Order: sequence, then structure tokens, then C-alpha cells
Amino acid sequence: MNFQSDQFRLKVGLAEMLKGGVIMDVVNAEQAVIAERAGAAAVMALERVPADIRKEGGVARMSQIRIIRDIMASVSIPVMAKVRIGHFTEARILEVLGVDYIDESEVLTPADEEHHVDKSDFKVPFVCGARNLGEALRRIAEGAAMIRTKGEAGSGNIVEAVRHIRTIVKEMKQLTVLGKEELVHEAKNLQAPLELVEYIAQNGKLPVPNFSAGGIATPADAALVMQLGAEAVFVGSGIFKSSDPEKRAKAIVKAATYYRDPVKLLEASEELGEAMPGLDVSKMPESELMQTRGW
Amino acid sequence: MAKPKIGVLALQGDFEAHRDALKRAGAEGVEVRSASDLELIDGLIIPGGESTTMLKLIEEEELLPALKDFGARKPVFGTCAGAILLASEVVNPQQRSLGLMDMSIERNAYGRQIDSRIAPIEIDGEPAEAVFIRAPVISRVGPGGKILASYQGNPVLVEEGRHLAATFHPELSGSERIHKHFVRKVAGERN
Repeated sequence: MNFQSDQFRLKVGLAEMLKGGVIMDVVNAEQAVIAERAGAAAVMALERVPADIRKEGGVARMSQIRIIRDIMASVSIPVMAKVRIGHFTEARILEVLGVDYIDESEVLTPADEEHHVDKSDFKVPFVCGARNLGEALRRIAEGAAMIRTKGEAGSGNIVEAVRHIRTIVKEMKQLTVLGKEELVHEAKNLQAPLELVEYIAQNGKLPVPNFSAGGIATPADAALVMQLGAEAVFVGSGIFKSSDPEKRAKAIVKAATYYRDPVKLLEASEELGEAMPGLDVSKMPESELMQTRGW
Repeated sequence: MAKPKIGVLALQGDFEAHRDALKRAGAEGVEVRSASDLELIDGLIIPGGESTTMLKLIEEEELLPALKDFGARKPVFGTCAGAILLASEVVNPQQRSLGLMDMSIERNAYGRQIDSRIAPIEIDGEPAEAVFIRAPVISRVGPGGKILASYQGNPVLVEEGRHLAATFHPELSGSERIHKHFVRKVAGERN
């Protein structure tokens, strides 16, 4: 794990530039332009938003190349795209295509049930989902340069994103008060490299930016996860499954900047129209959850 | 004398990295999100991030006149997206800006993230490191501009009067040299 290598610094550097911003899921160039116009810090190109993947079922794969190319040609902000967990060939293709970030994502159908991609071997940076500190540190050990909480994608329900960011923040705080021999034991519990556990104990935060995703549907949702410690937000179905995507996109951008200012949050929350329909995650069968994909 | 108080525009981007660098350079860094925040500071840093996002928020919150007015009186330092916002002309694509420095700048001029790089440069004959991330290129510097550093034949660090622009990210290098230079400029203007 060499955090000081030029390559890793450049990968984390781009994630630093996205802080305080909103990364929006888009399925075509037209949506990408709307997202950019609304102030998105980056867009995530995918074939179907998570709510549709959930509804339609089947195998969800990397997007069609033509769609990603169209999106890259139509906006000036960074373009990310998703690959299936463990699908290092999809990742190689996106790297050659020139996307700015790859999301090895539980939203797509996993390609490998035991291994994630060896991300340190790539020049393009990766973001990965995590539900807890152990998962986050394993992904960083594999070379991820950005972590996002998984939440429950396509649910329109913030409860899982809140659970995951609270869990990660709490687990990090706990490590800061432990002694050296206790950290060895914690590394075993977390199933994470001792070196990374020691880093958290010393710094109280991840060595890479920590964003939030999965269930953000309103400006208030975005501000909530940011107050809990997320440094930026990913919004999937929440924008283009709402009744007025452009207005909602702008409002969430404003909320990500003024997340501690209730007056601005009120302004952002006015006259937004209908949010996307939500799902009660606690009533969903285990087999329908996306967050349990990846390990 | 009290430490100079330097604001960092905290609408979006790596404003925390700048605040940390300012602290190491001996100044107090404060986050700026509104026109009234500008009244409390002696100088301003516009950080790296996405210039389109920052510009949307600047327009949406009607901060453009306040920022232009601040720049007419006090020093502003822009890095990457911040340099784009300072320039009088922006291309690829064309977009609005504060126009506080007479220069032309081309966005994403090196290509995509895969073309981002850390390169050696020279400032005042001394070696330095430049972190370029989806960086712009300054294609023209006005007659009042002074080129302090170049890379591949293009200016990367430019000073014009009280303002300073870098196409790279000194806030992501361990060295506080450029921040110290800006802190001195701010202290000088204050006296």
C-alpha cells in the first residue's frame, strides 16, 4: 500500500476535486447535459438507473460503449461508469475508453462472488461501495481511491445510507482510542490490513475521500448524510425518477454546499414536485438487496 | 500583528486541502459561502474542483458581483478550476468567469483523468512539483501578467497585480511555498 506513489495521489486527487459535489446517474447524453447544467460535479454513465434494474431484473452489465462515448462527448465534467464486481475485463475496456473514474458497483450483477478487481493495477481510479469499515479498508487495500457508502440503491430510502455512514464513522472513532496490541486484534475482526487499521487509528479518517450513495432522493437526504460525515453524494434514481429532474438536481447541488445551513436547505426544498417513489427496505427480501453484494 | 485571514471559497472542491495548506503557511483559513463571509477576510482562494459546478452556484446565489468587487480590492488566488474562474476568457467550452486576470484558459486541455500527471517544474530557479488533475492550459497571458512557472512551454503559475493563478494544485503537494507567497501578498496589501 503506497499512498505516496504519484499514481495513487492522482487518483485520490480527482476524488478531492469532487468533494462537496453531487455525482449524478445518467443513462444518455441528454440527461448528462441536464445534470451538468444543474451543477453536477460528475456524471455516472449507466444503462438503467438502479430503480429500473430492480424492477426489470435480469443481468445488469457495464453500459453500452456508444452511450458512454455520447455522454463523454457531450459534457465537460468528469464521466464515471460502472463495472460488475470482479469484472476486470469490463474495467480494462473502460480504462482504454478513457472514463475518468470506474465504480466497481453492487448495483450491477456481480461477475465474481469471491474476488473484487485488483484496482492498484489500473491507471484509472476506482470507487467502491462499503457498508462498514472492514469492507472500506479491504477495498482501499485493493487500490480503491474513493469509498462510497452503499446504502440501498434504487430504494429512494435513506435509511441504509445513514446506517452505513454512521457505522463507518463510529468504527473509525473507536479505533482512535485503542492501543497498539488492540489494533492488531481489531485488524483481525475487521479482516483488514493492520497498516490501514493503524492509519485510521492515527488519523481518525480514511486515507481516501468518503462519499455517500444509495437512497438519496431529496436535498434534505443529501444534507443529512453530509452532516453525518459524507464528503460528497452520489444520486442515482433520485433525480431522473422524480417529476422535475432539473429542478431537483439543482436543489440537491445546493444542499450539498449548504448542508449545515437550514435556511438554504429550506430554499432548496421548496416547490420540487414529486420525489421518486420509495421502498421500505426492512420489508424487502434478502435476495432483492443490492448492498449485500461484495464482501 | 494578527495573522492574515484568508477565505477559501467553499462551494465545491478541495477547499479543505487549501485550508490545511494555509494553516501550514501561517495564515488563518476560513470557509466562504456567502457575500457576507467576504467582508471578514483579507484575501481569497478559489480552490480546485469543477468550475462549472462552482459557476452555477456563484450565479444561483448571486455571488458574481460580490466576488468581482472583492477582487477589485483584495488578492485572489485560483488553482485549476479557480484559475479558470479568474481568467478573462475561457474556452473548451466557452463559459462565464470573474475575469479578474487578463488571460485565456482552455479547460481539460491535457485530456481526461488518465492524462493527469505529477510533473517537475521550476519556480525562481528552484525545483518544485506540480500536480495536474484534468488541468487547464493558459494559452495567453495579458501584458500585465508575470509568468512565474511554465510546463511544456505553457504558463502554469501566473501573477497579475494582486492576483495569482495556478493550473496545478499546490494544495496537494507537501510544500507550502506558493501558499506562503500568497500569504505575503495578502499581508502586503493589508498594510
